[in-house]
Amino acid sequence: MSGGGVAKRESWRQWLATDVPRSRGQAKAVQLYLGWLAFRSNTLAVIGLAILVLLVLLWIFGPLIATQDPFAQALAKRLLPPGAEGHLMGTDELGRDIYSRVVHGAGIALYIVTLVAITAPALGLIVGTLAGYLGGWVDVTLMRLTDIFLAFPKLVLALAFVAALGAGLENAILALILTAWPPYARIARAETLTIRKSEFIDAVRIQGIGSVRIIVGHIWPLCISSIIIRVTLDMAGIILTAAGLGFLGLGAQPPTPEWGAMISSGRKFVLDQWWVATMPGLAIFTVSLGFNLLGDGLRDVLDPKSGGGS
Amino acid sequence: MSQVANNESVERRGGRALPLNDTLRRIGQITFSVALTMVGLLAITFVIGRVMPVDPVLAVVGERASNEVYEAARKAMGLDRPLIVQFGLYLRDVFSGDLGVSTLTARPVSADIARVFPATLELATIATLIGTLLGIPAGVLAAVYKGRLIDQVIRVIGLFGYSMPIFWLGLMGLLVFYGILGWVAGPGRIDVYYDGIVPTTTGFILIDSLIAGETEIFYNAFSHIILPASILGYYSLAYISRMTRSFMLEQLGQEYITTARVKGLSEMTVIWRHAVRNVMVPLITVVALSYANLLEGSVLTEVIFSWPGIGSYITTALLSADMAAVLGGTIVVGAVFVGINLLSDVLYKVVDPRAR
Repeated sequence: MSGGGVAKRESWRQWLATDVPRSRGQAKAVQLYLGWLAFRSNTLAVIGLAILVLLVLLWIFGPLIATQDPFAQALAKRLLPPGAEGHLMGTDELGRDIYSRVVHGAGIALYIVTLVAITAPALGLIVGTLAGYLGGWVDVTLMRLTDIFLAFPKLVLALAFVAALGAGLENAILALILTAWPPYARIARAETLTIRKSEFIDAVRIQGIGSVRIIVGHIWPLCISSIIIRVTLDMAGIILTAAGLGFLGLGAQPPTPEWGAMISSGRKFVLDQWWVATMPGLAIFTVSLGFNLLGDGLRDVLDPKSGGGS
Repeated sequence: MSQVANNESVERRGGRALPLNDTLRRIGQITFSVALTMVGLLAITFVIGRVMPVDPVLAVVGERASNEVYEAARKAMGLDRPLIVQFGLYLRDVFSGDLGVSTLTARPVSADIARVFPATLELATIATLIGTLLGIPAGVLAAVYKGRLIDQVIRVIGLFGYSMPIFWLGLMGLLVFYGILGWVAGPGRIDVYYDGIVPTTTGFILIDSLIAGETEIFYNAFSHIILPASILGYYSLAYISRMTRSFMLEQLGQEYITTARVKGLSEMTVIWRHAVRNVMVPLITVVALSYANLLEGSVLTEVIFSWPGIGSYITTALLSADMAAVLGGTIVVGAVFVGINLLSDVLYKVVDPRAR
């Protein structure tokens, strides 16, 4: 019984590591497996991945892991130090359990990053491929627009957007998207320019297939991998900027336990009750370190040109 | 957060070596693109100013004004004209230095900014100095000892810099170095009782106090600036050391390095006299970019340290819906950003003989 199991696993290994794949699916699986092996040998990247898996687990099982209701106030127990009366990270100025709030904040951070990391690259992909494929005045106009957005400091532009739209989590996300798309448009355009003159695109065009289908069906899939690399490298930045907006009171509004906003409320007592501001900051630091480590590792695996960081 | 974009633009610039006769046309192109970028920025701030939910006319006349008064004010503000005409008028105002009047301070925004901007510039300059003086040697060391312990340590230090929220690091710095150790002065630019003693010449307190011969004030200002500048400088250190390392690795693989070694030059001479000198040219762009980024990074740092610069100005204005001040600040920061980028482009061409 167990011997059969081992044999089966060995054959799976062989199937995954074969030099002569027998089907398209197998070739894809082999490629993924080899990529995973390369990724696994990068200790720092694996640590990064572990941090992010933890973040997702916190988000899914948050209500079970949190020891208390993150919104429950207990003014009699305000500003307790870490460890006191079962509060792992202490309590804040309204007596809320900081540990539970940090756990709850994981979901909000994930929500922001996911939304921005899907929408902004998609926007950039559309703009970049349109500009690259159509060329001419479309290219000039779109790229000029991209350059203008790129030329200005992101945070300040995001501040101006939020000022116009009004403070709030959704508007902060919108401002992040509006300032994050230009680099992706540049990447997508560069990729498109190298693909567009290739023979397989000519072949498709001769078959009478329209521009939109060529862009969506044949150019987008080839742009995706370089965009994904860039997105993972950018995610830490998104977390930090979102926290910065929250800190300035322009992102999630109280009593939402957004990490940046929590630091902002802890700022007043930092010299006497250090834990109120420190704990959510450690959470932001850990998560963005995770994204940075993962991004570095993924770049080494997916992009052989970069040569790797170490 | 925009480090990768910066890498790309550095590479873009690095690859450009133009023959002499193209230089003039190139300058023309740059001027045109800078002008277009500025108009583009103004278009963005114009649109932002129009979509905001606060009615600018109501803000002026008040809610109880009659319809006639309201219409008259609307006309006087030019809001009844077509958008494109309004935009033209807006451009004219901005280019003649009129950024509107702040509702918070009741002074022209341009005067306000002229008052607060030197504080930001002073902070960003000291921070860039710290980041450059530590970052370049760190990057060189990391490249020379590639893969060894010191390289790993420098990489981790840089990685931490990329991963920490700057406002949190600022708070922690205040907690440790001001609250617990008492090594530095607290928030603000200078102690209150020294305020306004030194006459403003350059706007930089460190320089002004030296000119006035007030060493006590100089030390006080220094103990105020050193913590925020070090924290900002840490971020530029992370970026500068990473870039220096990759430039150095590129140089150390070149044949002239082998030649120098074969000639019997000491390793110190090979590295510092030969390789580093070649790295200095692309590093100019890197330092300029990190300087521009610090102007942005200083927004959050200024809030933490109650530093009376443009970052504090913009955020205070934001929270009281003072749109003229917010947009004026955005324009100035954007313009300085573009200006520094342009300057680094020009400097690069002056310094690198191949790019002339």
